[in-house]
Amino acid sequence: MNEFLLIFRQVETPGAEAPSPEQMQNTMKQWMDWLGGIAAQNKLVSNGNRLYGGTGSVVRPGEVVTNGPYVEIKELIGGYSIIRADSLEEATEISKGCPILRVGGNVEVRQIVPMNM
Amino acid sequence: MNKTELLPHLFRTEYRKIVSVLYKHFGFEYPEIAEDIASETFLSAAETWGLKGLPDNPVGWLYAVARNRAKDHLRRNKIFNQKITPILQSAQEDYIDFEIDLSDKHIRDSQLQLMFAICQPVLPAEAQIGLALRILCGFGIDEIADAFLSNRATINKRLFRAKEKLREQKVKIEFPALAGIGARIQSVLTTLYLLFNEGYYSTSQDTTLRKDLCLEAMRLTYLLIENEATNLPEANALMALMCFHSSRFDARTDEQGEMIRYDDQDTNLWNEELIEKGKHYLNLASKGNQINKYHLEAAIAYWHTVKDDTAQKWEGILQLYNRLLQITYSPAAALNRTYALYKARGKQEAIIEAEKLKLTDNHLYHVLLGHLYTDVNKQIALSHLQTALKLTKTASEKNRIAKDIEQLG
Repeated sequence: MNEFLLIFRQVETPGAEAPSPEQMQNTMKQWMDWLGGIAAQNKLVSNGNRLYGGTGSVVRPGEVVTNGPYVEIKELIGGYSIIRADSLEEATEISKGCPILRVGGNVEVRQIVPMNM
Repeated sequence: MNKTELLPHLFRTEYRKIVSVLYKHFGFEYPEIAEDIASETFLSAAETWGLKGLPDNPVGWLYAVARNRAKDHLRRNKIFNQKITPILQSAQEDYIDFEIDLSDKHIRDSQLQLMFAICQPVLPAEAQIGLALRILCGFGIDEIADAFLSNRATINKRLFRAKEKLREQKVKIEFPALAGIGARIQSVLTTLYLLFNEGYYSTSQDTTLRKDLCLEAMRLTYLLIENEATNLPEANALMALMCFHSSRFDARTDEQGEMIRYDDQDTNLWNEELIEKGKHYLNLASKGNQINKYHLEAAIAYWHTVKDDTAQKWEGILQLYNRLLQITYSPAAALNRTYALYKARGKQEAIIEAEKLKLTDNHLYHVLLGHLYTDVNKQIALSHLQTALKLTKTASEKNRIAKDIEQLG
């Protein structure tokens, strides 16, 4: 079994209406169902974390600090989780169920290099 | 209670108290002393009471004999002369006058301290449970062997090795420092949880023994709750879990000791008093902002005490299993989650998720798939139930699955 980092990206839509409590609860449930389903297969290594959307900074050489990556890319990383899978194909298949896809986001699937190689 | 009933009863209630206090006094360095003195005390009660009749205060009699034997031991024993005397030379007079303290408070403290001493991660879980049953619950070797579906020799060896280990590690029978309780109590809770499960899920046909294991686990958990320093939210959550589960004790086995599935239970036999107790402890468990697996399992167990079979109930259970599995995986939780998914959202969705679990060596996995495919695809349902039948080891399970196959028609 290998470990894979799933990076959840979502599209920044400035000025979008804040979701209603029902919508938020519904979204929450979709995530819990999806992560619970992975965990039920004993393939969840870590829930990972969700990231704040509003702020962030990008540090570049020469003390160039910009206000987040949003200038070049419309997408921003909303969070990540780590799963266990036999292959990239399997990890990819699992990612197809990610709720972020339903709101126009995407999942980047990357294999993690084990530390003790 | 007559004479013949009294002694076994006292053995059950008093042996563990005497042995705990003696252990507290003698330590793990000489583990056989505490158990020998306690056993001799009861042996001598059996002989004396048989000849002379019951004393006025049987418990007091037992304590007095235990005390005297302990003192005799201290006076005469080589250990005393060779090892303790040089250290205690100046305090020798006090030492001879030493009283084995069998007050309620000291008994409780000794039991709690022993609980922390026994529940050491250095010991395998089965050894911890075995020692807890022997020392904290006063179970006989035969009973422990029955509970583990094992034999005397194996259990004796296991307990002996465990005590050796505690001696080698120089484990002290004392309260952990206040700051360390949060971490240390985790092993205690795990052992109590396993002890309870041993009774609740055991395949042993002996329902009385199984119930005893559960009651003992609850009694020991209660010791933690009673004590201010160990009265933590997770201890209350564990207690709530145990109360909710126990509430179905009478409903889940038939007269032959065979298990009755949750769906088929007579809900009138669910014990309302224990359900209420469970709610009480679950409320106490909600203090603080940490949620651990006992909270989630207690909440799941709470939902199971709700009699109405609604989608809301099963959705609640499903969401709790989603969280539980993210904290800690177990095949049982994975199967139960899938069952909740079926009850909340229907068979189609549950079958897709069930197929992903691939717990192909687990007979309950095939039972679940057999149920999900019933009325969907009879052939597949049958093949899963047949696989389940092959994988099942216990006769009662085999009977149940055979019945399921029959019902499939």
